[in-house]
Amino acid sequence: MLARQRTASPIPSYMILILLAVFAIGPLVILIMNSVKSTAEIGRNPIGFPETVILQNFADAWQEGNYATTIRNSAVLTFGTIVGTLTIAGLAAYALARLKLKGANLIAFYFLVGTSVPAQLFMIPLFFVWRELGLVNTHIGLILIYCGIYSPFSTYLLRSYMISLPEEFVEAAKIDGASNWVIFRHIIMPLSWPGFLTAGLVVGLNVWNEFLFAVTFLPGTDQRPIATSLFAFQARFGRDWGLTSAGSVIMVLPIIVLFLMLQRRFMEGLTAGGLKA
Amino acid sequence: MDYTMEAVPTPQIKPKRQYAALGRWAFLLPVLILNLIVVVIPSIVGLAVAFTDWTGYNVPSFIGLENFQRLLQDDIFFLALRNNLIWTAMFLTFPIAIGLMGAYILSTIKTGQMIFRVMYFIPYVVASVVSAQLWRQLLHPRVGIGAWLANQGITFLDFPIFGTRETSLFAVAFVDSWHFWGFLVVIYLSAMSAVDLELYEVARLDGATRFQQFRFVTLPSIRPTLVFTILMIIIWSSSTFDYIYMLTSGGPANSSEVMSTYLYDNAFNRFDAGYAATIGMVMSLWVALAVAGFVYLRKRGWEI
Repeated sequence: MLARQRTASPIPSYMILILLAVFAIGPLVILIMNSVKSTAEIGRNPIGFPETVILQNFADAWQEGNYATTIRNSAVLTFGTIVGTLTIAGLAAYALARLKLKGANLIAFYFLVGTSVPAQLFMIPLFFVWRELGLVNTHIGLILIYCGIYSPFSTYLLRSYMISLPEEFVEAAKIDGASNWVIFRHIIMPLSWPGFLTAGLVVGLNVWNEFLFAVTFLPGTDQRPIATSLFAFQARFGRDWGLTSAGSVIMVLPIIVLFLMLQRRFMEGLTAGGLKA
Repeated sequence: MDYTMEAVPTPQIKPKRQYAALGRWAFLLPVLILNLIVVVIPSIVGLAVAFTDWTGYNVPSFIGLENFQRLLQDDIFFLALRNNLIWTAMFLTFPIAIGLMGAYILSTIKTGQMIFRVMYFIPYVVASVVSAQLWRQLLHPRVGIGAWLANQGITFLDFPIFGTRETSLFAVAFVDSWHFWGFLVVIYLSAMSAVDLELYEVARLDGATRFQQFRFVTLPSIRPTLVFTILMIIIWSSSTFDYIYMLTSGGPANSSEVMSTYLYDNAFNRFDAGYAATIGMVMSLWVALAVAGFVYLRKRGWEI
């Protein structure tokens, strides 16, 4: 049995690993500690434990940052994009994985090229067309863009999932005369739920955090999601570090909790390639 | 329809097959149509308007290579291009080095691998707007690490690192690297866990040190993954935007300007969409060259 006994003494290894962990997590711990300090205390004590815990920062940030509206906006964008993307990507993945299509390789190549194009190149014409169509400052306008951008990645992920499904169920259904649609809807989709979950998490995370398209296509204060409104909030309360830290924590804490609960799926999906978070 | 099928069964077979093929393609249509509308057609239009005087609001007219001539004389553009190259070089060294080191050490330990891996990955799920805010405070001359060090008598970080021309680009790249390196650890670790353990055994029997094992067993074994991440970094570095836009907006005095921020400024603040598209074309060319290089190496028989 070849165990990994390459370390003479594991202590130096663990010391480096702990240093790296401090580098990764330390700044976030400081952010959370600062979110419960007063700005005066941050001036005296920028990176230490809080002397007194002030939860008022959260109430103020919620109010001033208009979180009741922006969280709703982010939720609409996130869920709209997840539902839209998974629907169309699920259908496409099924066709590429299960139906013998001529030209499936060409489609895969097309997706590869499509995801390598710099967003800024197609964003300019897209913006002016969207403006003509009255889609700027509408959630549906941005959801359509997100679905267009994230569906090739999701198709790729779901396709590799569907390829690995056992053949027997499908064969049995075919003998019973089931149509492709019925096979997709009642056999492939239920069996692929882990793939859908992984793709949904990755797409959802990307939409929640997305900045460039949100700042361009939703400039209005009533429509904008958390990411861009937090950016404006930070500019407005630049020196009020306690308040802006609380504003950041409101945005990031739900994501970290969700990540910790489903970390295996997040890491699997995000490292599947081709999409930058 | 039923009775026709009974009456003339043979001619029905062919249309039915064609219908089935159409039906199969119908599953693909929504993705293809949406991708055409959102990505492909605007990209082609983007390439085309680089040859026009389009402001975004007028009817564009063809002006030949005028935008390209202007680009070749634009010092800010070349500064931005140079900054993209520096950015790429930084991302190809610092995060890859930490990523490889972290993953290699993780691959040798027995307990806690999962916990460290999860901790390293957390910054990657943090939104750019949050990481930017976090480091804006931590690197602030009066309320950050620099101020804290200055209180202890160490005064080298208590200056506005984002607001100084010599440091702005590096400071922003550092923040983005903080967000990114854990992603590489996870990718490299999963590649390393597929390496045949017997190779290490043989190397050890030959008296290889830990570094030699890394150099001559680990690195060659994970080469496809390593090359893939290098390609990704080169592609992503051409369009890096968020952190620069948030932390410095390209300043001070364009010292941290990159192509994407300069393009954005031209397209949406200066009403110069045609010129912005020209910059977009250079960014696309960068990506195309990177992919072509990758394909070329593969054709030359590199297992990547």
